[in-house]
Amino acid sequence: MIPYLSHLIETPRPTRRGFLKLSAGAVGGLLIGGMVPRTAAAATEGGTFATPFVHITPDNVVTVISKHLDKGQGVATGLATLVAEELDADPAQVTVEFAPANAELYANTIFGVQGTGGSTAMANSFQQYREAGAAARAMLVAAAAEAWGVNPDEITVTGGTMTAGGNTATFGEMASAAAGIEVPAEVTLKTPDQWLLIGKDMPRVDVPAKTTGAVGMYGMDHQPEDGLVAVTARCPCYGGMVASLDDSAARQMRGVVDVLQIPQGVVVIADNTWRAIQAREALEIEWDMAEAEGRGTDALMEEYTALLDEPGNTSVDRGDSEANLANAAAVVEADYAFPYLAHATMEPLNITVLYDGETAEFWTGSQIQTLDHNVGAGVLGLDPSKVQIHTKWGGGSFGRRATADSHLVAEAAMIGAAYLEAQGAARPIKLVYTREDDLHGRYYRPLHLHRVRAGVDADGKITGWQHRVVGQGIMIGTPFESFTVKDGVDHSSVEGASDTTYDLPHLAVDTHHPSVGTPVLWWRSVGHTHTAYVMETMMDELADAAGQDPVAFRLAHLQNDPRLAGVLELAAEKAGWDKPPAEGIHRGVAVHKSFNSYVAEIAEVRMREDGTVKVERVVCGVDCGLAINPDNIRAQIEGGLGDGRSGILREEITLTDGEVDQFNYPDYTPLRSSDMPQVDVHIVASSEPPTGIGEPGTPPIGPAVANAVAKATGQRIRSLPFTQHGLA
Amino acid sequence: MGTFTLNGETRQVDVEPEMPLLWVLRDELKMTGTKFGCGVASCGACTVHLNGEPVRSCQTWIQDVEGMEVTTIEGVDDKAAKAIQTAWVELQVPQCGYCQSGQIMQASALLTETPKPTDDDIDAAMDGNLCRCASYARIRKAIHRAADIMEA
Repeated sequence: MIPYLSHLIETPRPTRRGFLKLSAGAVGGLLIGGMVPRTAAAATEGGTFATPFVHITPDNVVTVISKHLDKGQGVATGLATLVAEELDADPAQVTVEFAPANAELYANTIFGVQGTGGSTAMANSFQQYREAGAAARAMLVAAAAEAWGVNPDEITVTGGTMTAGGNTATFGEMASAAAGIEVPAEVTLKTPDQWLLIGKDMPRVDVPAKTTGAVGMYGMDHQPEDGLVAVTARCPCYGGMVASLDDSAARQMRGVVDVLQIPQGVVVIADNTWRAIQAREALEIEWDMAEAEGRGTDALMEEYTALLDEPGNTSVDRGDSEANLANAAAVVEADYAFPYLAHATMEPLNITVLYDGETAEFWTGSQIQTLDHNVGAGVLGLDPSKVQIHTKWGGGSFGRRATADSHLVAEAAMIGAAYLEAQGAARPIKLVYTREDDLHGRYYRPLHLHRVRAGVDADGKITGWQHRVVGQGIMIGTPFESFTVKDGVDHSSVEGASDTTYDLPHLAVDTHHPSVGTPVLWWRSVGHTHTAYVMETMMDELADAAGQDPVAFRLAHLQNDPRLAGVLELAAEKAGWDKPPAEGIHRGVAVHKSFNSYVAEIAEVRMREDGTVKVERVVCGVDCGLAINPDNIRAQIEGGLGDGRSGILREEITLTDGEVDQFNYPDYTPLRSSDMPQVDVHIVASSEPPTGIGEPGTPPIGPAVANAVAKATGQRIRSLPFTQHGLA
Repeated sequence: MGTFTLNGETRQVDVEPEMPLLWVLRDELKMTGTKFGCGVASCGACTVHLNGEPVRSCQTWIQDVEGMEVTTIEGVDDKAAKAIQTAWVELQVPQCGYCQSGQIMQASALLTETPKPTDDDIDAAMDGNLCRCASYARIRKAIHRAADIMEA
């Protein structure tokens, strides 16, 4: 962790409950108390009705205040749907704005801080936003009842219009009066049979704007009056410092306003992004590498491989895996290697800062607003009440914007302070990462090695499973460490393995978490990106060893997880698993639970003449509890498995002597159009509480494709990406 | 000094001749619909039409558009673009949306050139436009849908 953090992150703390187990409210029809009154009273300003989650203006626009960042996953539409449902609003009158940083009002109820991640957005908001909508409706109705001299029960509300007898009013017309009504202590929510919007394919609130240029939505497009642009020259190796600087040429270049030094490097401030980038190239910097991470991936691989032979910290050790492996009819042993991966969001990281010495404002796609807020205030030595975080729409994240050290805010704050000191007056400064800064800039899915030894008996039952994981722990050194790292095991390295629901009475999982300078981060579905690959390719190998069908073999070991078995059966049925595939098509299957959701994927692949793999179609079975917006669930599964497919295909970050080898898309190429399969998504009808959908589509696709490749070629792919094996 | 037509209006900018069109649009003219993704013509987020042809504005010097017609997402309104935008909304293509200005500019140029594209035509035309959200399956469907809309 960057040293500046240690004393900054105090209140509020994330909750233990949240990271270990997701929770969610019951579905519908309950009389609830406790949550609504905690919100502030409605306030009126120019006739506006305003509770923390719902604003209504006299022009009849309902604005839902989203405590969550929408970076493509569709949460803004989801929250708007929940409010509109209980409010009985016309969805066309509903817009969404992002909440300010305020953990008291806007905490993720699972994390205890304001933040988005772990596919928790709808799970933690489902009750809260419906209550907010129901409370607003009750206040509007009470205001109308008072105005018309009728009983509230006599008023009907449809599509944003209230009527009783001959009286009629829009929400907007009653907004000002409703603002004077006390927020109800309790509200009655609709029962599922009364839902008009929940469970329907709701169009996204952001799609029309995103087809016409998305004007003003992203942080990158924030163009304040009098604004400047900053780019930073950072040390090629993490931990290096500036030893000497000659900025004389850069300072002479057109548009350059200043060159500043901050702990992160040398910052060029200019009036135009291109000019700032040009001037940065003219800097002459010598770096002091004394404290820098100097190991390359070859050295790390060597160290990690040696650790595979050493017992690690125990994550789980039940039964007697050693004795039961000794008695197995067949044993499979395998080592696996997963590279560092970059998030490579399409919108490169950026943040605008305005700091005048007394107050500070930041505009960025903030994903953990509470940490960003605290770090911004801490770096500048300001009371948090003097700091504002303006959350912008995120041009992708996949985990990249949720940094436990808020390094982007910290860097911007230091730039703001250095600029004010140098120039004596505040101006808005947009710190821009170029694509090279992004791909070269660390915070990767950590490199991991796995070793598994597992066996089956003569009846085809798994006897014992021994599993070792080596990789940097993402949570180690972050504010989340105290409750996600236990007995030296970072749960984010073993999730999906040590908590598998396969019937494995004799299971041992242990870990090593080597200390490496290169910062690491969660990448869409976190540990599941590699654990699911290992679990599900090994299950296939064991099915082979047992002479069993891969689906039947899995089902035989899923006696205690009917929901996981359910999605597997659904996908198998829809893919026609019981019939032979079409000529030239090879099928592979994988099924995995993550973020409390269950996803099975069956990949149909064709081997091209050049030996590369073409994934033609993926058939998915999905159980994420109540399907609030089925079309968005389909979109997230399509995108999630697209990302997972991308992560096994060509993506690989490597280091040479501590410096990243990749710079831009030509040498770090995500999935392209011609790589994308047809995706058929089948959703289990469910009344269970809604669970995650942003990430669960990602883990199964890698092993499903790898299992299909094994079927086609006999080759078991145990190191990624596929390019290493001539498969991509 | 560079003079060109932007979305039908004559614009004049006083910038270095080698400044990419992308940064003239975004930072000088404050037209941010055209996105910065990679700066090396490898992602397609900055695609605009130059005299009707799709080009990467990050690799197009302003001196090379002298006297030419530039169309951006803010101004594109030909038949193909309208059909593409309609289909994009109908099929709910965008997720994060950051690449979609470029996708739409590229796809509308494809449809103008090839009114009934095959899947292979689509891959050939669209492979240079990255989408990290992997909205590709919907993009493909939406291009076919837009072709139908244009035909109708």
